[in-house]
Amino acid sequence: MHEMAICLGIIQIVEEELRHRSFSRVRSVCLEMGALSHAAPEAIRFCFAVVATRTVAEGAVLNIVELPGVAWCMSCSKSIEIARRGERCPCCGSYQLQVTAGEQMRVKELEID
Amino acid sequence: MCTVCGCTEGTPSTECAKTHDAESHARYYTHVQDDCDRHYAHPHGDQGLQRSYHARDSHSHHHRSVHHQAHGGQALLSGGAGPAALKVTGMSRERVIQIERDILGKNNGIAADNRALFVADDLLVFNLVSSPGAGKTTLLVRAVSELKRSRPVGVIEGDQQTSSDAERIRAAGVSAIQVNTGKGCHLDAAVIGEAYRRLPRLTGGILFIENVGNLVCPAAFDLGEACKIVVLSITEGEDKPLKYPDMFAASSLMVINKIDLAPLLEFDLGKTIEYARRVSPKIDVLVVSARTGEGFGELYAWIDRQARHQRHVVEDKRR
Ligand SMILES: [Zn+2]
Repeated sequence: MHEMAICLGIIQIVEEELRHRSFSRVRSVCLEMGALSHAAPEAIRFCFAVVATRTVAEGAVLNIVELPGVAWCMSCSKSIEIARRGERCPCCGSYQLQVTAGEQMRVKELEID
Repeated sequence: MCTVCGCTEGTPSTECAKTHDAESHARYYTHVQDDCDRHYAHPHGDQGLQRSYHARDSHSHHHRSVHHQAHGGQALLSGGAGPAALKVTGMSRERVIQIERDILGKNNGIAADNRALFVADDLLVFNLVSSPGAGKTTLLVRAVSELKRSRPVGVIEGDQQTSSDAERIRAAGVSAIQVNTGKGCHLDAAVIGEAYRRLPRLTGGILFIENVGNLVCPAAFDLGEACKIVVLSITEGEDKPLKYPDMFAASSLMVINKIDLAPLLEFDLGKTIEYARRVSPKIDVLVVSARTGEGFGELYAWIDRQARHQRHVVEDKRR
């Protein structure tokens, strides 16, 4: 369950922000997660509630913006969307794909009081 | 609320993805274009492929003003009203701050430090990953007992509880540090940095990191290694690369172990390699038996090529 470690990372980022600006609580956290990142949004949601307990983000709403995976097909030279690795190119059927986007896991913004 | 997409608690993202339609997206993007000249960090409208997914009703008009302020005013703002209402106080104490930070940024920073240290110490570092029981430790014991004849070798053993693996490595005559992760399912860069400082100097040699047996979690964490090596035993079946594609994609080499058992099992080597190349077209593949030593000559040759490659990279940098 590395999603636990990932959520700890989110809380660490929130607490670093708290050191730079004053706020009393975090109402919501907005994440950006690529379809090819190393975590499942459902698992992140589950872990976040646990990890946020007794922090400034306790009870905060987690919003996750999911971004598609994008790959470059080396066979037909097209940029295509893929939901996970190991899928074939929808245009030509090739597996010769180079992932170009959709690996990110970022904290985009916080809504604070 | 996210000022970019307007997602609220009522619109979980999976639902967003389903209800998103291109038309509302296009409409939204146009109004942002009109109003906002600082939307470089905005995930919308980047040739359609970078777009994020939204519920249709999140693109309502009140959203636009919050959005606009967030971009134009950089950070602090009172939400829920248009720019003209900014002076009205007491309406809401909500503020939205844009932070745009990578969740794994801290680990990746430490990993970069580790990598710089390893390169400065002229040390080649491999991060070995596999599912439990693939035979990593047996493979390592054989490899280190032979590699130590020609260069310094050390091992960092990651294990959830025991220290028996490190003892097996030490019995083979090389330094080993055991890292117990407890309930942790992976090693991280900070733990490796600390463990490395406790090892004797291995200048010009090789450091193996044996990660926790788990094909999911360790894929996410860069430790500062030169590359990951995924070990797969033929008893696990051909479809492991498709079931755990992220790990195979993160690895430079797939070592197929326990090939001595092939006569006893129905195992399709070609299929396994094909599946691995579906997720990682350029992955190298070696077939070995840690029990009999079959294929280890090729493994050492591969390691030597990696050592030469790292040396070239370092020399190029110095030039
Ligand atoms: Zn194609």
